[in-house]
Amino acid sequence: MKRAFKMPGFTIGFIVAFTFVAAALLSFIWTPFGTDGVDIVNKLKPPDSTNWFGTDHLGRDIFSMIMVGARTSIAVAIVAVGIGVLLGVPLGLAAAARKGTLLDEVIMRGNDLIFAFPALLIAILITAVFGPSATNAIIAIGIFNIPVFARLTRGGALSLWTRDFVLAARVAGKSRLRISFEHILPNLTNLLIVQGTIQFSLGILAEAALSYIGLGAQPPIPSWGRMLADSQTMVSFAPQLALFPGIAIVLTVLGLNLMGDALRDLFDPKLRRDRQ
Amino acid sequence: MLRFTLKRLLSLGLSLVAASVAIFFVVEIIPGDPARLMLGINATQDAVDALRTQMGLDQGVLARYRFWVSGLVQGDFGISYTYRVPVSEMVQGRVWVSLPLALYALLLSTAIAFPIGILAAAKRGTWADWLVMGGTQLGVAIPNFWFAMLMVSILAIKYRLFSAGGFPGWEAPLLALKSLTLPAFVLALPQASILARVMRSALLDTLSEDFMRTARAKGRSARGAMVHHALRNAMIPVLTIIGLQFSFLLAGAIIIEKIFFLPGLGSMIFTAITQRDLIVVESVVMLLVFAVILVTFVVDITYALVDPRLRRRA
Repeated sequence: MKRAFKMPGFTIGFIVAFTFVAAALLSFIWTPFGTDGVDIVNKLKPPDSTNWFGTDHLGRDIFSMIMVGARTSIAVAIVAVGIGVLLGVPLGLAAAARKGTLLDEVIMRGNDLIFAFPALLIAILITAVFGPSATNAIIAIGIFNIPVFARLTRGGALSLWTRDFVLAARVAGKSRLRISFEHILPNLTNLLIVQGTIQFSLGILAEAALSYIGLGAQPPIPSWGRMLADSQTMVSFAPQLALFPGIAIVLTVLGLNLMGDALRDLFDPKLRRDRQ
Repeated sequence: MLRFTLKRLLSLGLSLVAASVAIFFVVEIIPGDPARLMLGINATQDAVDALRTQMGLDQGVLARYRFWVSGLVQGDFGISYTYRVPVSEMVQGRVWVSLPLALYALLLSTAIAFPIGILAAAKRGTWADWLVMGGTQLGVAIPNFWFAMLMVSILAIKYRLFSAGGFPGWEAPLLALKSLTLPAFVLALPQASILARVMRSALLDTLSEDFMRTARAKGRSARGAMVHHALRNAMIPVLTIIGLQFSFLLAGAIIIEKIFFLPGLGSMIFTAITQRDLIVVESVVMLLVFAVILVTFVVDITYALVDPRLRRRA
């Protein structure tokens, strides 16, 4: 961790991403203004000292809405990554442990199939069938994380299975299952953290896109994507409505990507050598 | 090469079957009665029963799947519930908006990514490299629908350089192209950023290969070695990404078409969803997945043409 903070990319990315996580957590106990009340008198105010980012068409404080919206984005993205890791990693481990068998073939072809679908299209199909909600958005985004983690895990695990320490464990009589979890998985942590960061940022973008077209979190839950959708007809006379939620998305994604890139450089000795 | 192509064709067929089963299944497991879902809670039982017969819901699952697929194969996509016209007719008009849009975006994406990716690799570590890397990092992080909104409000509404939306039809080719330019650019930007980064790292990988030193030692100029040796070898990962991007572009067009009011497949699916016209949704999603799987197939074949090693491995 200490080494990571020596990289400027990681530090900047961490500060930016952490700010939004902190804002999301803080929003549970405090926001400058409430986000569910309507205050028509103060609608569409430009940014000033009371409403730092101005107010929307219902007079709600945009700064507060962005804080609460961070909650939705981060929660959806984290759970979606969780689905990918919890289902994808065991599948990848199993495929690698039984390389070349029917099990491996079935798992990998299943992955290819999910990959072949345009993710957004299926997310739309799922929400169309089951109705729009934050939960269905999570499922839709999460499904596409499964093959990502399964492939990554299988690839990483395959090269570990040829190593001497795994051979030693097999000679000691450990089962494939135990080796997978006791020896292979711990050595894949770095790889998974890097990919997790990237999928996290992709999840935030996907959630924003789904809520933007009205298939994500439903009112009154604030979400950055829907704030942008609401702002669309008012962009010309109230640019703050479109500007701030958009910037929030860009900064969060940028922060996470910077962290991911820095961690990849840190964990991958080949890249590090190139750098010097 | 023939064996390789046949093998790929087989996997193309399998993917299509699996995809059709998956899509059919998703629509099939709708909680409750799809006919009731489409008509809403106020519909009379007679109307629901009539729709059930029209959709074939009074038959078994397998029979319905067979009916749907055999229709698809013959170009019969069913009849839209909302508009009462064959889905294939609705699709025909719209394909010629979505497909050109995706291709235009793909073209722009490559046209932007190739030069800046090559520049960043050739001038590695200089300010040009930093600029490209910083710019592409930003390009990946910007949601394209937000970028589209900003572009519309600045370029179309404030400066009136482009139309804010709509599509005049291909009878006026230049106008049509112009109205697709801003949407295509918006679609292309994140993809161009990804492609430029892939291009750069693929080139950097090949630049450190021994054959590059040999090429220079033979007396090739730095530029000649880059064009004739490095680029060709860097094309494999770049082609992979271009193939993947086409599917992103086709699907991404759904949102962009909505912002620019383009009458394409994307806005058709979107309208169908809000109208609960599941027959349209099912068939158009299948059509798009078919397009994506077909592109993957073409990319695979292209690999083998570019890199003979892949032919032997398969």
